[in-house]
Amino acid sequence: MFPSHQDMIRFAPEIVLCVAGILIMLIEPFAGRAHRRVVDVMAVLGAAAALAAVVLPMRNSGTAFSELLRVDAFSVFVHAIVGTVALLAVMAAPSYLDREALPHGEFFALVLFAAAGMGVLASAQDLITAFVGLEISSIASYILASYRRNSPRSNEAALKYFLLGSFATAFFLYGVALIYGSSGTTSLPKIDAGTTQPMLLALGLALLFVGLAFKVAAAPFQLWTPDVYEGAPAPVTALLSTGPKAAAFALLLRIYMTVEHASSLWFWALWISAVVTMFVGNLTALVQTNVKRMLAYSSIAHAGYILVAFAAQSALGTAAVLFYLAAYALMKLGAFTALSWLSGPGERHMELDDYAGLASQRPVAAACFSLFLLSLLGLPVTAGFLGKFYIFDAALKSHLIWLAVLLALNTIIGAYYYLRVIVAMYMRPARRDFPVGKVPAGIATVLALAAAGTIALGLFPNYVIEFAARAATMLK
Amino acid sequence: MAGSLALLLLRGDDRIWIRRLALVVSLAEFVLSLWLIRAFDSSEPSYQLEEARKWISSPPINYHIGMDGISLFLIILTTILTPIAILASWNSINDRVKGFFISLLMLEAGVIGVFVSLDLVLFFLFWEVMLIPMYFLIGIWGHDRRIYAAVKFVLYTMFGSILMLVGILWLFNRTGSFDLPAIQAALQAGRVSLSLNEEMLIFGAFFLAFAIKVPLFPFHTWLPDAHTEAPTAGSIMLAGVLLKMGTYGMLRFCLPLFPAAAHRLAPIVAVLAIIGILYGALVALVQTDLKRLVAYTSVSHLGFVVLGIFAFNATAAQGALYQMLNHGISTGALFLLVGMLYDRRHTHEISEFGGLATPMPVLAAFFLFVSLSSLGLPMLNGFVGEFLILNGTFEQHARWAVIAAIGVIFSSLYLLWAYQRTFFGDVTREKNRTLPDASARERGMLWVMAAIILFMGIASPLITSRTESSVRQVFDEMRRNDKPQPVFAKQNVSPASPTQEAQGR
Repeated sequence: MFPSHQDMIRFAPEIVLCVAGILIMLIEPFAGRAHRRVVDVMAVLGAAAALAAVVLPMRNSGTAFSELLRVDAFSVFVHAIVGTVALLAVMAAPSYLDREALPHGEFFALVLFAAAGMGVLASAQDLITAFVGLEISSIASYILASYRRNSPRSNEAALKYFLLGSFATAFFLYGVALIYGSSGTTSLPKIDAGTTQPMLLALGLALLFVGLAFKVAAAPFQLWTPDVYEGAPAPVTALLSTGPKAAAFALLLRIYMTVEHASSLWFWALWISAVVTMFVGNLTALVQTNVKRMLAYSSIAHAGYILVAFAAQSALGTAAVLFYLAAYALMKLGAFTALSWLSGPGERHMELDDYAGLASQRPVAAACFSLFLLSLLGLPVTAGFLGKFYIFDAALKSHLIWLAVLLALNTIIGAYYYLRVIVAMYMRPARRDFPVGKVPAGIATVLALAAAGTIALGLFPNYVIEFAARAATMLK
Repeated sequence: MAGSLALLLLRGDDRIWIRRLALVVSLAEFVLSLWLIRAFDSSEPSYQLEEARKWISSPPINYHIGMDGISLFLIILTTILTPIAILASWNSINDRVKGFFISLLMLEAGVIGVFVSLDLVLFFLFWEVMLIPMYFLIGIWGHDRRIYAAVKFVLYTMFGSILMLVGILWLFNRTGSFDLPAIQAALQAGRVSLSLNEEMLIFGAFFLAFAIKVPLFPFHTWLPDAHTEAPTAGSIMLAGVLLKMGTYGMLRFCLPLFPAAAHRLAPIVAVLAIIGILYGALVALVQTDLKRLVAYTSVSHLGFVVLGIFAFNATAAQGALYQMLNHGISTGALFLLVGMLYDRRHTHEISEFGGLATPMPVLAAFFLFVSLSSLGLPMLNGFVGEFLILNGTFEQHARWAVIAAIGVIFSSLYLLWAYQRTFFGDVTREKNRTLPDASARERGMLWVMAAIILFMGIASPLITSRTESSVRQVFDEMRRNDKPQPVFAKQNVSPASPTQEAQGR
C-alpha cells in the first residue's frame, strides 16, 4: 500500500531531517574546502526546517502508515524537544569541528539522521517501528561518539557504547519477540487484548524495560554512561545526553501508559530503579574532579528524577516528565556546549582546577555556565526548579511520599558538586592564563538561546506546561 | 520595589558611580518603605496593600504579595540596613565592585520578597533566590576560609528548604491552593482538616527549614562560620535580616497553620531555644575572635525570639517581634563596628586589640553604647524586647522564663568582658597606638544606628501599636484552627500589652 498524503504530512519532520542529511552528504564533496560554510548553513537550515515542520503533524494528528506511527500532542512535544536539540547541536558544532580539524559534512548528516531516528521513536505505536527508530538513532550515535578518530578516548567510548548498546538492543528485540509470541501483535494498543500467555508477556516486558533503561541510563544499566559521555566529543555528548534520552523516555512512557500489563509490572522496577539511579548518579558525581565526567554522572541522577515522575503513574506525572525533559534538554545542552568551548583544543582542560578564576576572565560564559548548573541543581527562577516542582507535585499526588523525600535528599547531594564548579569559577584565584579566546558566534548564540530558554521556562512556563498536560492526556 | 534592581545590572564598571548608584537605590527604597508606614492601617489585623497577579496557571501559583503588622517593620529593617551595609563596604570592597553591589541589592530584593509573599511557592522562590547573592557575598568577598563557609551555608539552608518544598506541596494537595489567605480560610472553615500525624509532619518540614535559618540550637553550626568569613556588609545583612526570615516564618506559617502540632511540639522547641540561649552565651564567652563572639550572641538572642514565639501568648510574641528588630539593629551595628576595627587592623583577634579607647574614643563610645543595647539596658531597645518575652513566657511557663533569664546575665558578662579586653587598659600593641578614629562616613552610620537604638528604646509604643493587632490575629487564628486539643491547648490569656510597654519604659 502506498503511503497517503496524510501519512507524509504526519511524518514531515523526519522526512525533512533525512532529506537534509542526504543533501549534505551529496553536496559536501562538491562544495570543496572553499565553500565548506555551505554545509554548516545547510545543516542549520535543515534542523530549523524540521523544527518548523513539527507544526504540520500538530495540525493533523492521528495515525500514519497503517497505525505504525501515532502522531498526537505527545509525540509533537517530544519532536519539538528533539528538533530543538538537533538545531542547537548543529549551531554549536562548526567552531568545535574547526578547532579539532574534523570534517563537517558527515557530522551534520549523522546528527540529522540521529534526530530522525529519535523522532520515529517518539511517535512509534508499534514495537517494530520503535526498534527501527532506536537503531537509526543508535547507529548514528555510535559513529558520532567515535568522531574524534585520533583520540583513543573517543574510540574507547564508541566501542563501549557500541558493544553495550547492541547488547541492550538485542534485549529489546528479544522482548519484542516474546511479546509477539504471547499476544500475537506488536501494536501497543492491542497487546493487552491479545494476550494469551501472561507469563511470557511479563518476561517480554521485562526485557523491553532493560533495553530502554539502558538507553536512558537508569541504574543498574548506567555503567556505560560516564565513559561514553566523557570520551565522546563534547558537542556529541551534548546531543547524546539529551536527544536519545528524551526519545527513549517517550517510548517508555508510551508503553507504560498504554499497555496495562506494563503499568502494573513496571511500577516497583521503576520505584527501585529511580532510587538507585538517583543515589548512584549523585554519590559518584560527588567525587569527580573532571567536570565533563561529573556532568555525565549528573545526567544519570537526572534520569532518576524523571523516573520518580514515571512512578507517579498519572497524567500529572506524564506532564511532569515531559516538562522536565524539555528543561533538562536545554540546561544540559547548554552546559555541555559551554564545556565544549571552555575545554580548549583537544578537550584538554576538563579538570575542576582548570576552571579556577574563570569568572574574572570570561564573565559572560561563566555566568551562562553557572546558570545551567544552578538550573540542574533546581534553583528557583530556572527551568530546573519548576521541573522538579512538578515532579514533586506528581509524586505527592500519587502518595509516593518516600520517593519525594529521597528526591529531596538527592537534590542536596547534587547541590554540593554543582556548587563546586561555581566555587572554582568565581571564588578561586586564576591558576594560569586561560587559553580561550573570544566566544565563537555559533556557540555564543546557542548559549544565549539555551540560557534564555532556561529562564523563560522557569518564569513563564504556562504555555509549555499546558501543552505537556494536553500531551499527557493523549496517552490515556 | 524590586524592579529598581534592574537598573544596576546595566551599569558599567565605574567604581565610584556604582557605589553612589547603589546607595541612591537603597535609600530610595528606604524612603518608599517609610511611605508604607503611612499607608499602613494599624487597626486592620489581616493583610494590607495586597497585590495579586496570575502567574502560572497549573498548578495555580500566583504573584500575591501583601503585608501586615508583622512584616511591616521587618521590611523597614531591611531597607535601613541595606544602605548601612552599602556604606560599610564603601572603601573596603575594591575587587569586582559591581558584582558586590548587585549581589547586595539582589539580596535585599529577595529578603523583602520573603516578607511580603502571600503565596507559598512565591515565598519559597524568594527564600531560595536570596541564597545565591549571599553565597557569592561570602564566597567571593569573604575572608580566608570563605569557600568552606559559603558552601556550608548554602547546603544547610537548602537541606531545610527542600523539605519545606515537599511540605508546601503536601499542603497544596490537601487544600488545593498555594495562597496563604485561602489556605487559612479553608482551615478555619473546617473544609480541610489535617490529621494530627499529618500536621506534625508538615509542621516538621516547615519548622526544620526555619530552625536552620534562625538558627536554633542543634542546627546553628553554619552560622559562626558564615558570619566570621563574610565581609562586613554580608554579616550585617545576615544577622540583621536573614536570620529573621526563620522566625518570621515560624510566626507566619508554623503557628497559624499547624496549631495542634505547634502545641504538641512546643516543649521540645522551647527546650532547644533555652539551650540555644545558654549555649550561645557560654560559647560566646570563650571566643577569642571578636566577630565569632558577636556571631554566637546571635544564637543566644534568636533563642529568645523562638522562645517568645513558642510561648503562645501575644505579649511574648510581641516581644519576639520586637526583639527581631532589635537584634537586627544592635547586632548589625556590632558587626559594623567589628568591621571598622577589621578595616584598620585586618584581624578579629581580641588579643590583638586592647586599650583601643585611647587612640579612638569615638568608636569606643559607640561600641559601648551598642553593646549595652544588645545586652538589654533599660532605655535602650534590647530591654523592651527581652522584657516582653520574659514577661509573656513567665505567664505561661514560669520555669522557662527563669532559666532563660540567666541568659540575660550571661550576655552582659560576655559583651562587657569582650569590651573591656578590647578597649580598656593600656595600649598593648604598638601599632594600635596610631589607629585613626572614626571617619565622617563611619560616624554618620553610627549616629544613625545609635539614634534608632535610642528611639526604639523610648518610643516602643509607636511600633508595638502597629504590630499588635496582627500578632493577636496569629493567635486568634491559631485558636480557631485548633479545635479538639484539650490537653495541650492552654488558654491564651493576653493582657493588654500597652500597659506593659509603660512598664518597659
